[in-house]
Amino acid sequence: MSSTPNVGEHVIVKRADFEQLLDALNARNYQIVGPTVQEKAIVYDEITSVNDLPIGWTDEQDKGRYRLKRRADEALFGYVISPQSWKKFLHPASLRLWQAEQTDDGFHITETAPTAPQYAFIGVRACELNAILIQDRVFMHDTYVDPNYQSRRTEAFIMAVNCGQAGNTCFCSSMNAGPKVSAGFDLALTEIIEPDRHEFVVEIGTELGAEVMGEVAYQTASQAVQEQAEQIVTEVASQMGRLLDTTDIKALMYRNFEHPEWENIGNRCLTCANCTMVCPTCFCTTVEDVTDLTGQQAERHRYWDSCFNMEFSYIHGGSVRSSNKARYRQWMTHKLATWVDQFGTLGCVGCGRCITWCPVGIDITEEVATIRKTDSALLTRLREK
Amino acid sequence: MLKKHKPKLAVWKFASCDGCQLSLLDCEDELLAVAGAVEIAYFPEASRATMRPPYDLSLVEGSITTAHDAERIQDIRRVSKSLITIGACATAGGIQSLRNFADVQDFINIVYASPEYINTLATSTPIATHVFVDYQLRGCPINKMQLVEVINAYLNGRKPNIASHSVCIECKRRGTTCVMVAHGTPCLGPVTHAGCGAICPAYNRGCYGCFGPMETPNTSALSTQWHETLGVDKDDIIRVFRGFNAFAEEFRKESDYYESAK
Repeated sequence: MSSTPNVGEHVIVKRADFEQLLDALNARNYQIVGPTVQEKAIVYDEITSVNDLPIGWTDEQDKGRYRLKRRADEALFGYVISPQSWKKFLHPASLRLWQAEQTDDGFHITETAPTAPQYAFIGVRACELNAILIQDRVFMHDTYVDPNYQSRRTEAFIMAVNCGQAGNTCFCSSMNAGPKVSAGFDLALTEIIEPDRHEFVVEIGTELGAEVMGEVAYQTASQAVQEQAEQIVTEVASQMGRLLDTTDIKALMYRNFEHPEWENIGNRCLTCANCTMVCPTCFCTTVEDVTDLTGQQAERHRYWDSCFNMEFSYIHGGSVRSSNKARYRQWMTHKLATWVDQFGTLGCVGCGRCITWCPVGIDITEEVATIRKTDSALLTRLREK
Repeated sequence: MLKKHKPKLAVWKFASCDGCQLSLLDCEDELLAVAGAVEIAYFPEASRATMRPPYDLSLVEGSITTAHDAERIQDIRRVSKSLITIGACATAGGIQSLRNFADVQDFINIVYASPEYINTLATSTPIATHVFVDYQLRGCPINKMQLVEVINAYLNGRKPNIASHSVCIECKRRGTTCVMVAHGTPCLGPVTHAGCGAICPAYNRGCYGCFGPMETPNTSALSTQWHETLGVDKDDIIRVFRGFNAFAEEFRKESDYYESAK
């Protein structure tokens, strides 16, 4: 079949024809970024062919622990999630914002125009896509638009992939952010792998996605195959390694500001900032101005920053949040409560990265459960009885 | 019009390996710019020509290990408008501060053929223990670009852009996968001061703390994780914290804790 499919339609691409999808994106000058094995992990980086994908590899994740493992089959997307999210491409860790030069009558600023490659992201998970939609609100749908994010984001092609398995630190179902990809994609794939069958059910999300698919060999997906794909992701939803009860979560966090558990977390927290770096919604940055030795030339650079750094809350006289406890509380309360006031949604998508990549394995879902179990309001009610 | 006065720079050596002051010579591309911006007034490692004191900026490498050096640093402070310590020896006492955890006489008897010629203090201490220090640049060795940044900031009257957060942030910014979480490799990164650019984890090694403790190091939480989850022996925990920054307060407390628990 060679005609272009319609938006909303489901088609089948055989494993043998998968390379054509990448070829079609390559022909459109996209820089293709997808999962690939590096240093015993499945990371997102530039790929050029299907052979760069983590064929037959998977990951095992637990709190403070990640291990790359072999699968029994040759699945292309048979892993859960990478160490870092797509944030590193849409909201880069370091960026020069402008350069300035001293002139006879002051100084002249040259802004660094956003010059991002046109990315095609291969293998975006539902939680990650929701995280991107959350960062869209932060960077593009407010009074001030970040031109760097905007140019990268609006040009990006998104090939999402529904999860075929849930990780031990996953809780996207709890956050209503997965595992099924529901919006914001150009193409959404579900991988079907059986002893004599390896193919992808592809949902067409946009006109652009349809055009790309028109250049690839595909078949129409029968109702039965669509249902099978649906069944795969439904099963994943029931395999979540972790749960986070979000009932009344904003109020729960606000009224437990003085909960004794914060002190307990503070004793374990390294304040190393790994959780914020790997979080797909964390967006904080700092700027640094540098000059050359003569002071004639200056540059402003932007870097990822973290609320776990002392400098982050430094005002005259010292850092506002100097204790470990205060910094973890700030971060977790932002994700689960103040984010709602600020942007209208929760700031967590349940990807579980903060649990896996915390070197000492602090688990946000356990912390919520602990606080809920000994909720100050609950305790007050019990006392009154 | 009077020619603008170029600040006079002096570079001093105490107990150390010279590696940090060599970083200045190692600057290559930036060296000429530095030499153009300052008057190199005293730098025996680089030039025999010396200018008389006072000096605008003194860079001090090394720790205080002799009575003579303890006096000499006082003189240097007196003739220096600003004094910046560079490297783990100057900022924390260096690897030679291992003597602080033992009896220096025992070392002397083992190492030297004629121990009677050795006249040394019982401890190796950082420069800031003896005199007021305007700024401390960490590292074993220091990062040469950070040294240029410190000189640059001094020349332009601004605060240096030197972050004191963890090495983990440097790993994440450069996209290095965590060696502790993904490989089970013990890494000091979460408690160590940034500055090296996270070199060791980029080569699949754990950080061994060359830049000393970060701003708020939770060493006990990290060592507990090493011991209980990664199975690191308590003696190895002592050895890891007793490296180039052994005498830095937070690292010292951690190794002392495990030693006293023996």
